[in-house]
Amino acid sequence: MAELTLKSVGKTYAGGVDAVTDVTIDIKDGEFIVLVGPSGCGKSTLLRMVAGLETVTRGDVQIGGRRVNDLDPAERDIAMVFQNYALYPHMSVRDNMAYGLKNRGESKAVIEERVAEAARMLELGQYLDRKPRALSGGQRQRVAMGRAIVRQPAAFLFDEPLSNLDAKLRVSMRMEIRKLQQRLGTTSLYVTHDQLEAMTLADRLVVLNGGRIEQIGAPLEVYRKPASTFVASFIGAPAMSLLDAHIEGGQLLLEGHALARLGNAAGPVTLGLRAEDLRIVDTGLPMRVDYIEELGAQRIIHGMVGDQALAVTDTHDTPLGPEVRVALDPARLHLFDAQTGRRMDKRVEQVSVPA
Amino acid sequence: MQKIKPFDHLILILGALFLCAPVVMALMSSTHTAVDVHSNGLSLLPGGNGIETYTKVLTHRGGFTGDVTGLLMLRNSLIMGLGFAVGKIVLSMMAAYALVYFRFRFATLLFWAIFATLLLPLEVRIMPSYQVMSELHLLNTYTGLIVPLLASATGTFFFRQFFRSVPDELLEAARIDGAGPVKFFIDVLVPLSKTMMAAIFIIMFIYGWNQYLWPLLMTTDESFYTLMRGIKSILQVWVGSQIPDYNEAFALAVLAMVPPVAVVVIFQRMFIKGLTESDK
Repeated sequence: MAELTLKSVGKTYAGGVDAVTDVTIDIKDGEFIVLVGPSGCGKSTLLRMVAGLETVTRGDVQIGGRRVNDLDPAERDIAMVFQNYALYPHMSVRDNMAYGLKNRGESKAVIEERVAEAARMLELGQYLDRKPRALSGGQRQRVAMGRAIVRQPAAFLFDEPLSNLDAKLRVSMRMEIRKLQQRLGTTSLYVTHDQLEAMTLADRLVVLNGGRIEQIGAPLEVYRKPASTFVASFIGAPAMSLLDAHIEGGQLLLEGHALARLGNAAGPVTLGLRAEDLRIVDTGLPMRVDYIEELGAQRIIHGMVGDQALAVTDTHDTPLGPEVRVALDPARLHLFDAQTGRRMDKRVEQVSVPA
Repeated sequence: MQKIKPFDHLILILGALFLCAPVVMALMSSTHTAVDVHSNGLSLLPGGNGIETYTKVLTHRGGFTGDVTGLLMLRNSLIMGLGFAVGKIVLSMMAAYALVYFRFRFATLLFWAIFATLLLPLEVRIMPSYQVMSELHLLNTYTGLIVPLLASATGTFFFRQFFRSVPDELLEAARIDGAGPVKFFIDVLVPLSKTMMAAIFIIMFIYGWNQYLWPLLMTTDESFYTLMRGIKSILQVWVGSQIPDYNEAFALAVLAMVPPVAVVVIFQRMFIKGLTESDK
């Protein structure tokens, strides 16, 4: 139970590759923070720096107000769950969980009690004497979490713990992790490349790109107000459509169609549209239909406006012609700077009916 | 079910017979008297002298000092074999551990230097080794017999490859669990290496057991006689009208075969288990 602080943390590998640049995050006690980003964005490196498995090149890592840069992983009072579980194959489930406590010189009674407690929480009671290879993937991951829980650390670190599980198990384990974390109230840092996992688990998301923070915020906040085109395209499925548009004479123009009256300065912008904010209507922006993804409850219509791709969510199942008309709510459109990709404030004045 | 092919079986049976025949012949001939063997040649049927031969071989005091029995030679050979196997495993595991898990300069260079010694068989460096042992006054000691040959490039190489296949996360998990280098080695790597150790044990035990030249050079004291030297010395007496004790030589050869076979049988199960269990 402690707060976790990263102060302008950076990592440069031998050979001069910058993996992480100037990352500052304040994590409150008991908060569940998810680091999310594409592979190679430095999220795992960041986690491993907090764990002490990588050296910190620049900046400070503090756990519970204590600077831990130069401490051994064992002295940092953290526990880590790995993607491939990293259970000791020759030890029983019980010994796997007890090993860390034994090394800390805890008494037998304490170890016994904590292992039993963790086993009860994770419903592993009947497997305590089995070897990890006799367990399924989900059970192994639970043992790995048990190993973290028994230590009662200041913080949990998760390194893509669900990536090796099948889709269905992933969803149920996701819920279990969330419930467990809420019950224990332990500060957690969780790394994933799965934006859905990130959205559902996090108190706050940290979106990383190229070793830098793109945005920190609550999942909904990040979803509703992505700070950049990178975040916009990374968070949410289907990805937000990003289109080149421009503002001229107070009109937002896309491929020659006026979409809305905006008070922004004239010039090129990147227009962001979420599929679920668009509707298929009788009159509106014309879109050529490319293909349709049927998801059951809804379908996603992928098409082209001019030569730019756009996705629209539709809940009807009426057959569509080769061209549909799309309407949008100007309050829900996102504008990004065409050069830097940063979010721009928009000043909506009125809806115009596109020709 | 596959169809049984008689011809394939015939080849297999012939092969098995071909491989077994010398062993059976040695075993059977050892139960005849020396005169019998000398006049009638090798035999495939048991003779009536078996118990006598083996008793004599194991307990007869021979050699110049009259103190060397078969049992003593057996014991010496066992000490050699076990000393080699255990010593080499311990030493090469520690060397491989250092090479794989510790970052120090020239580690790769060192590894290749060790690996290159594979090209130098014992016979090439036997004189310098002898000289060193002689100057350390370790001739005619078990230490002198065993220690100089303990460094094993083969073992180091195998363990290095094995350690490299152990996932890094295991080391990281152990570090977070508060296990230092020694603890990680003993608690995690050693138990994981069991099958590897069994394999190396088989190879090295037989290597040590079969040593002939090295003990011949290192020891002049007859109380260090090994079985290999014993067999040789029985056949060396062919002077004048004396017939070598063929039956005894065969008996010793058979005895010499038992421990390696036992080692293979015992460790083979572990060895195969290790090969078939994919989940390390």
